[in-house]
Formats: sequence, C-alpha cells, structure tokens
Amino acid sequence: MNNPPQSGQSGQNAILTNENQAPVLEFQHVSIAFEGPAVLSDVSFSVAPGETRILLGPAGVGKSVLLKLANGLLRPDSGSIRLFGEEIATMPEEGLFPLRTRIGMVFQEGALFDSLTVRDNVAYQLIQEGVADTEIDERVREALSFVGLAETFSLYPSSLSGGMRRRVAIARAFIHHPDLLLYDSPTGGLDPVTSTTIIELIVKERDVHRTPSILVTHRIQDAFTLSTHFFDTEKNAMVPYPKGTIDSRTTFLMLEEGRLIFDGSLRELVNSDIPFVREFLE
Amino acid sequence: MSIDGTTKQLVLTVQEYSLFSWRAFVNLFRPPIYFVDFLVQSDVIGFGSIPIVVLSGFFTGGVLALQSAATLANFGATAITGQFVALTMFRELGPVLTGVMVSGRNASSMASELGSMVVTEQIDAMRALGVDPLRKLVTPRIFACITMLFFLTILADFMGILGGAFVTVFMNHQNSTQYFSNAWSSLRYSDVVQGLVKPLISGYIIASIGCFYGLRTTGGTQGVGRATIDAVVWSSVFIIVADFFVTRIMLFLFS
Repeated sequence: MNNPPQSGQSGQNAILTNENQAPVLEFQHVSIAFEGPAVLSDVSFSVAPGETRILLGPAGVGKSVLLKLANGLLRPDSGSIRLFGEEIATMPEEGLFPLRTRIGMVFQEGALFDSLTVRDNVAYQLIQEGVADTEIDERVREALSFVGLAETFSLYPSSLSGGMRRRVAIARAFIHHPDLLLYDSPTGGLDPVTSTTIIELIVKERDVHRTPSILVTHRIQDAFTLSTHFFDTEKNAMVPYPKGTIDSRTTFLMLEEGRLIFDGSLRELVNSDIPFVREFLE
Repeated sequence: MSIDGTTKQLVLTVQEYSLFSWRAFVNLFRPPIYFVDFLVQSDVIGFGSIPIVVLSGFFTGGVLALQSAATLANFGATAITGQFVALTMFRELGPVLTGVMVSGRNASSMASELGSMVVTEQIDAMRALGVDPLRKLVTPRIFACITMLFFLTILADFMGILGGAFVTVFMNHQNSTQYFSNAWSSLRYSDVVQGLVKPLISGYIIASIGCFYGLRTTGGTQGVGRATIDAVVWSSVFIIVADFFVTRIMLFLFS
C-alpha cells in the first residue's frame, strides 16, 4: 500500500496549523439576509492552502448561501470576504470574473448547460479563453477520465443519470486546475454507491492536487469518509487511514440558523458538547 | 402588498431595468464580443420569425385593402386603395404588427430560456466559470433582435403590399398597375424613415425586456411561467407606447 499523505496524523496534536500561510479564503463577520431574518449572521472562518473545510448543517441553514458568497455570486450585507488576498465583498462584478476563473464550483444539481454536449460543458471555460480545439479535446478527455466518464464525451446532459451529471460537473470544476474548489452538496439525493464514487473523486483531488476546498453537506457519513480516508495512487482507489489516524487538513464547520457554532477537527467535532452538534451527530 | 411597497417595487424594477439595458447596450462596444452568439440569435429570431411575419403581413395588407375599398367606394375613390395600404403598412402596421408578432414569439422564448437557466443554476454556473451572462446571453440577443426586426419589418411591408394587391386585383377586380403605381407614388421619404426607425426601438424593447424578466426569474417553474407572461405583456405594451412617441417625434421632425 502507498503511504498515507503527510497530512494524515494521529493523536491529539494531529492538526497542522496554517498560521504561517496566508488563507486562500477568509470570512470576517459576514452577515446576509433576504427580506427576512438573517440567513448568515456574523460568520468568520478561513481556508488555508491545501485545507479541506467541510461545512455541515441541516437543510436551510445557509450553507449554499455561504458558498455563493465565497466566490462573489452573492454579496454580504456586512463583513469582509477576502479571496486570494483580495476583498471581494465590495468588488464590482467585472473585477470578480478573473478571480472566479481560479475557482472550481460544483453546484447542487450539477448546473450543466443542457444545450451543450458534455465536451462543451466540461470545456466551457477553455472555449471562452479561445484554447485550440485539439488541446480542448485532450484536456476534456483527461478530465472525464479522472471522473471515470470518458465515454460520455459527445453525449448531452439529458442522457446522463443524476450521479453522472454530478461527476461531469466535477470534471468541469477540475479541468482548469483551480486554486480553490467549492462543492455544494455534491452527494445530495444520490444513492450510497454513487455518493461513495463522488466522495472518492473529491478525496482523489484533495490528495493528488492538494487543492483547498469547501464542501457543503448534510450527510455526516460523507464528512467522516473524507476525514478518515486517503487516495492511494498505487491502488488508484480511496483507502482508510490506519486506525486512529485522520486527515489533519480536513476540518469541520457547522452552521445553526445562520450562525457558525463549530470550527475544528473531526476529534473536536465528535467530542463537542454543543447540544446542536451532538444532536446533529446522533 | 401596500401602496407604499408596490410603488417601491415599481421604482426598483424601473431602476434595475434601466441599469440592465444600459449595461447590455454598452457591452457591444467592449470586448469580449460574442459574434457567434449574435449570428445564432439572428438565425433564431430572424429566420425563425419569417413564416409568421410573411403570413401576418400578407393578410393584414389584404384586410386593409378589403376594408378601405369598401369605405372608399362610397366616395368613388377605390383607385387610391394602393396608397391607403402602402401608407398604413409602411408607417404603422408593418412596424407595430411585426414588433408584436416577434415579441410574442421571441420575448417569450428569451424569458423562458433564461428563466429556466436561472432556476437550474446555469446562470450562476456561467458566472462561476468567469463568464458574464449579460455579455454572453443578453447583448447578442439585443443586437440580433434590433437587426432582424429591421429586415423583418421590410418583409412585412412588402408582404402587406402584396396582400393588398391580391385582394384588389383578384377580389375587387381592379387594375394592378394602378394599385402598385398609386402605392409607390404615395410613399415619401419621411414615411419610409418613420417605418424603419420604429423596428430599431421595438427590437431593443423586445430583447431587453425578454432577457430582463428571464434573468430575474424566481420561484422555480412557476416563476418561469410568470416571467414569460410579463415579458410578452410588457414588451407588447411598450412597443405600442414607443410607437406613439416615435410617431409624434417623426411627425414633428418631418412637418
């Protein structure tokens, strides 16, 4: 078996700190409301280079809103959001487009363009940049092979299953080798086998390319799998860490009614005595 | 909703529409310019609308000839049917009717297409991929609609004259040379200018309102339905309102 990546650590001092590295993304006292009570209230956290943040919480607590704030698709009512060192909370939309090309985002239902083939969906960003067709084809095939869907190259999204659409959306997010990945409930509504396939892809991207990411989910089993498994490049499969070891660069956030009530490691999460966290885990 | 709330909502909508349409307009002169999308939309809007414009233009001209001949006969003036049909088609019915027909077909299609993209997060996905939906989706539609409506109006005018000729010659048994000669000689430069300025404004109204309501769709598939209705209703109403003001300005300029 291939050795687990360096980030896999055991014991109480397992969590690597990233104090010396500037965060890729930083929220400071962010609040937002839509004609009613606040959806997010005074949320502060950061994502360090190479770090995977799993955002937990039941449906409707503002997880997807937080993700859309992270790449400027929504603007906060107050607070600061720094992306790649730049303040985006007040940045004009036109200034955000170049920053967004450095981010890969996987939407809840895939959000594939239904009038385009899988090839054109995955290559969307490359086509806009005027990359040559031969290079596009090569990179699309590579991205589709990464998600195990090379045979869907010429198909339209309507002919794909829900799980396949989600994997094509992942390929679209990966193709540009982004500096930050945002996953919005990538396994939501999928069967357990397909969910595991998706989680394996996310673990593969995390361990092969070390891309920092935020993953939104309400499925605690997916979050635990991410924390307790790594991608073995020799076996070309996701395998569990040795007993008692967890991925130290995979940490957790939890939202309750728009407030960030937890920010810490898996061990801190399972040992937490915050009533909402306990209720959620149980 | 209270009167206060409704007024605020109305003012907000007008403000949003003004900013939206201005940004879409100025995007034409700033890169990136999506010329292929312009051609695709020109095909959809222009060539796709030819059958309805041909049919509505032909039968409107025919109806005009039928109605006018019946009235003009009371004064022994059926000889000027050609003039009546030509002036009415070129000045008013050609541009307005084509605008309303194209609005029914294309404002609805734009609103429903973009609205569906909004509710399935495709617009957000486009933005997340670093592409401005306003440049990619709205600006090409606006300029394709303006360009194509101009030519469709010319086609509708032509078909209206032909429809009038068909009724005049085959149903009213009048002389075709007299009809065409009368129609041709009655048209002035100001009539043609007036008739061809209107589609430029109507084209802008159709595409900008269609896209505006499409992109502000909320509330799932029901919202798409509402956006489509609003787009068709408001674009048709504004075409007629704009027609009134353009006519007034043109009459003032050419008087």
